[in-house]
Amino acid sequence: MAITLFVPRDTSALSMGADDVVQALKFQCQDLTDDVTIVRNGSRGLFYLEPLVEVLTPKGRVAYGPVQIEDVESLLAQGLLNGNSDHPLYLGLTEEIPYLAKQQRLTFSRAGIIDPININDYIEHEGFSGLSKALAMFEQGSDNGQQKIVDEIKTSGLRGRGGAAFPTGIKWQTVLDAKSTSEAQQKYIVCNADEGDSGTFSDRLLMEADPFSLIEGMIIAGLAVGANQGYIYLRSEYPQANIILEQAINTAYQQNFLGNNIQQSGQKFDLEVRIGAGAYICGEETSLLESLEGKRGLVRAKPPLPAIEGLFGQPTIVNNVISLATIPTILAQGAQYYQDFGVGRSRGTLPFQLAGNIKQGGLVELAFGTTLAELINDFGAGSYSGVPLKAIQVGGPLGAYLPENQWATELDYEAFAKIDAVLGHGGIVAFDDTVDMTAQARFAMEFCVAESCGKCTPCRIGSVRGVEVINKMTKAQQQSENSAEELAELNTLLVDLCDTMVDGSLCAMGGMTPIPVRSIMNHFSDDFVATADKFNAKEIN
Amino acid sequence: MTTDEINYKIQQIVDNKKNLPGALLPILHDIQHEFGFIPEQAISIVAYSLNQSDAEIFGVISFYAHFRMKQTGRHVIEICRGEACQSMGSGALEAAAQSQLNIEYNQTTKDNNFTLEPVYCLGNCACAPSVKVADKVYGRMNSEKFTKLTDTLATYKINVGELA
Ligand SMILES: Cc1cc2nc3c(=O)[nH]c(=O)nc-3n(C[C@H](O)[C@H](O)[C@H](O)COP(=O)(O)O)c2cc1C
Ligand code: SF4
Ligand code: FES
Repeated sequence: MAITLFVPRDTSALSMGADDVVQALKFQCQDLTDDVTIVRNGSRGLFYLEPLVEVLTPKGRVAYGPVQIEDVESLLAQGLLNGNSDHPLYLGLTEEIPYLAKQQRLTFSRAGIIDPININDYIEHEGFSGLSKALAMFEQGSDNGQQKIVDEIKTSGLRGRGGAAFPTGIKWQTVLDAKSTSEAQQKYIVCNADEGDSGTFSDRLLMEADPFSLIEGMIIAGLAVGANQGYIYLRSEYPQANIILEQAINTAYQQNFLGNNIQQSGQKFDLEVRIGAGAYICGEETSLLESLEGKRGLVRAKPPLPAIEGLFGQPTIVNNVISLATIPTILAQGAQYYQDFGVGRSRGTLPFQLAGNIKQGGLVELAFGTTLAELINDFGAGSYSGVPLKAIQVGGPLGAYLPENQWATELDYEAFAKIDAVLGHGGIVAFDDTVDMTAQARFAMEFCVAESCGKCTPCRIGSVRGVEVINKMTKAQQQSENSAEELAELNTLLVDLCDTMVDGSLCAMGGMTPIPVRSIMNHFSDDFVATADKFNAKEIN
Repeated sequence: MTTDEINYKIQQIVDNKKNLPGALLPILHDIQHEFGFIPEQAISIVAYSLNQSDAEIFGVISFYAHFRMKQTGRHVIEICRGEACQSMGSGALEAAAQSQLNIEYNQTTKDNNFTLEPVYCLGNCACAPSVKVADKVYGRMNSEKFTKLTDTLATYKINVGELA
């Protein structure tokens, strides 16, 4: 009998021992009469269950997890290959695991289901149907195929998922309308895969679990604005994503989805991965372009917008991985379908990422409008350590720390702006009650010291001063009799410093660093500076 | 390798990629991949071939945390300092790792086995704390597992070294 098993090969599954499990499975299955194939799929994003082993049965795929090397023997003995339910790690049909069943997966609909580098698998799961629709818009003998695609994206209401939430359709329109200054009429599609925010892994998972959807999105973007060269700027911290992307791009070339005369359409698109070199600021779009051009990643002043003068001075779309990977769905299902998800001006879905001190960490794709409370309770199942949660940082290192009374806020861009917070890239990091909020505020400043591009003073110097002031506050608290007065003064100083950074910084690095700091001063004032360094002493297991 | 051989190798790498648009980062990556770091003499070779100044090339190398101009130990261990890892006790892990190896960040152990470096997020935040060695990420790390990891790495490398 032919049996198919699935064991993911995304970074998180590997980090929890997926390769060892595969080796053990292979070793223990070698003498069986059954013919066992192990597919290395991408993760479903249920990282608390990784490594998740699935077996294909007539009823569907049955899951077991988290599987460790020492579980393999008993799993096989108790009928893993038939999908038997006798083992403690048995989870039932994968699709029915509540964590997955409750999601609204559009962009991640194929993640964990297909073999990420098997193009036939991709096509069988509706891959490239968005591209076919896009190509058809040209074929209908019309000269406005490009405009039709751009209009579709506008109607969908998609806003950039990289953090700034700028409407994707409007950006594309600007590039479509821009005149290239080069004779070759060169325009570029640049994918921002620098994903540097802590607590954020949706870009990585997408690239590792379903790279063809990103490739397809970039081809469509190229068609839409008349760009035939694309670059994926990938951070060097993601070697596994690099390996998988390279394999997928090679296959796409072999199958003529990339290169000249794509699927006999007369269209052309080339795509290359470029690796960053460990600079958070290179996620900022102009800094990223400088880096792609082979320079230090210094932020450029805007205008000119990259859409008009971008890479090598030519009109350029810079879009986030998820923004681009969502394009095929919008074209395949229709703009209206996508736009029907969400609330207010936040349309569609966002892959939320549950991380940090949370029992069930992972990726949860849902329409905008759910709340943090729902995410951390219904999906996350509370803290990992068992100690009650205290603070949740949303949107990466430049995002606010939210206290419990804000966890009912709807997850939508505008609602978050109202409480001086940001959704950013959808990363959600939970902290339990042992967290030292002063240390977190100091870290926000330290991070800016380490990652500032250095071009403007408020950010470069302000962050150094920020660390100093917080250190002085801690010291003042611990020592002198007249500390109350001194503390009040330092407090004012820190408030002023934050204002200066917000008002005077050239880009959002310096401009947003005060967000976490202020949120801690405002919502955790009892803790701010008051606590000792208890946090560093802790190790959780 | 002799200096001439090193220079020759660097020149080869540069010639391979210098016609790419924005060739500098790909070139520096290849050089670092070849030698484990970027040798001093690479600066002027690269500068000359790309028609840039030595200062420009050095400026780029020094801007990026990933590029280094010093030899490392046999294994570079990167410990994640991102917030998600912090919330799961990476602070304690860092302290334990530093005291176990008896080095601080960006230093190499006396036996030349390990170099310790900080990193800000490996995208493994749901299985924090995370540590990376070469291209491999390890999740749910703690001081005990860290000791085991370094033991395994040290043994493995010495064996291979003896065979070679
Ligand atoms: C300091 C800083 C870091 C950023 N990092 C990223 C990043 O890692 N990934 C990303 O897609 N966008 C990042 N952005 C946002 C980009 O500048 C830009 O808005 C985005 O790539 C545009 O794509 P989108 O419209 O599809 O979101 C960052 C911005 C700033 C100011
Ligand atoms: S705010 Fe900071 S990162 Fe942004 S341009 Fe100024 S110095 Fe560079
Ligand atoms: S914060 Fe450590 S892996 Fe993301």
